[in-house]
Amino acid sequence: MRPNKDLGMAFTVQIIHKTKEFFIEIGDLSYFAIRFFKQAVRPPFEFKELLKQCYQVGNRSLLLVMATGFIIGLVLTLQTRPTLIEFGAVSWMPNMVGISIVREVGPVITALICSGRIASGFGAELGSMRVTEQIDAMEVSGTNPFKYLVVTRILAATLMLPLLVIFGDLIALFGSSLVEFTKGNVSFRLYFNTVFEALSYGDLVPATIKSFFFGFVIGLTGCYKGYNTGRGTAGVGIAANTAVVMASLLLFVVDFIAVFVSDIFYEL
Amino acid sequence: MSEVKEKIVSTVDAGTTREVVVRLRDLYKSFGDNKVLNGFNMVLHKGENLVVMGKSGSGKSVMIKCLVGLMSPDSGIVEVLGKNIVTMDQEDLDELRSDIGFLFQGSALYDSMTVRENLEFPMRRHKGRFKGVNDTLPLVREALENVGLAHTMDLMPEELSGGMKRRVALARAIILKPKLILYDEPTSGLDPITAKEIIGLMRSIQKKYGTSALIITHDVDCARVISERMVLLVDGINYAEGTYEELVAATDPKINAFFKK
Repeated sequence: MRPNKDLGMAFTVQIIHKTKEFFIEIGDLSYFAIRFFKQAVRPPFEFKELLKQCYQVGNRSLLLVMATGFIIGLVLTLQTRPTLIEFGAVSWMPNMVGISIVREVGPVITALICSGRIASGFGAELGSMRVTEQIDAMEVSGTNPFKYLVVTRILAATLMLPLLVIFGDLIALFGSSLVEFTKGNVSFRLYFNTVFEALSYGDLVPATIKSFFFGFVIGLTGCYKGYNTGRGTAGVGIAANTAVVMASLLLFVVDFIAVFVSDIFYEL
Repeated sequence: MSEVKEKIVSTVDAGTTREVVVRLRDLYKSFGDNKVLNGFNMVLHKGENLVVMGKSGSGKSVMIKCLVGLMSPDSGIVEVLGKNIVTMDQEDLDELRSDIGFLFQGSALYDSMTVRENLEFPMRRHKGRFKGVNDTLPLVREALENVGLAHTMDLMPEELSGGMKRRVALARAIILKPKLILYDEPTSGLDPITAKEIIGLMRSIQKKYGTSALIITHDVDCARVISERMVLLVDGINYAEGTYEELVAATDPKINAFFKK
């Protein structure tokens, strides 16, 4: 009996320790976010660096987002088609695919792809700068490294993600229309007309707004992990890795809140 | 307390007429239970080359980071160029930092920028100092010529050797023509020939610009060549102070440990 009791105690202590760690992490992340908002509205503004980061985040993720969107559109249509045929509802394909991609699949898949690409990139880049004392060097030279490195990156991710989502959605719809064109003889024009007739502001507005939040979460977690990297090269790897895990987890939390709030305003 | 320390401290306290550039008084800094600085005191005079020596983990880097505001001491006074940086607001601290050059142990060049951009970076916050100078190129060129690397202006840091990186970092440290230069292990990780070159550059820069220098090192050869005065940091305090010759001649085993071949 004794060993089991000890094991149970050890397990409980471990759970308490992990829970405490989790809440400390959330507290630190919240403080980091508050610091971001404070610094973002105070001059001087680093426009040049912001533009550079927008280019890095947007342009370099575009091809990946487009490739993923295209495949998602193809797969979603191919897998749904037999079921809709069975119920005699294949003509609803553009409506179903259009709404599901614009409302949920497009933003979430794009955000997940970007969390792997952007959050880990920010985590590794800032972590490496921290470890090699580049951030200290910036501070010593009289530049606020938080404003120069963190604020610009979070803003860039927040501004670029909705654009990437729009590109991803369009390419996913193109992939879907390609399947409908080859398998169902539906013209591209008819397909896209049906999609846009089916979509309402209640689909587009919440999806676009939540994309901004997705971008913010990705930028925030990537920068938070990188900026607070522990010393040593191992810390850089850990920062990049945990940035992706944390960003992905938070994306689903934000998505749940966004859907919940949208439901109140638009009655989905 | 060693004989050497007693002797030198008395001359410092007796008051030399030289202007004080840095004064650290009763500096304490701990990380959890680990007491790194335990009442450290130090004075650096104008135009002086002061070497602080200590074992790895003795708190040399912590001390130098407290000095430039990268870390806050738990208690104590950190006076740089007549201002207590512990109580200073961020804007004043940034302004003061334009008078301080810092050479980091690993050079700390910005990876994503060219050598020229690395050197221009400190100038972007201190444009007021360069009124009438629209083009930063002459200043960058002058700084790079001082370290013999004018030809590397458009190269990326990854294209430079370790010694070249250290020299570019030195050029960046002097670009604002600071009154005080802090060197954190300037010769660590370099081969003896390159280390000698760096020491030569440090001396020529001090001669040219008349800067005061605080050098953190555990390289005895570097300390011997460059120091006018030395402070030994042991157990978080200034254990001994004096010239290189005075410290080498000391009988205290803790002091001797630094100079054993």
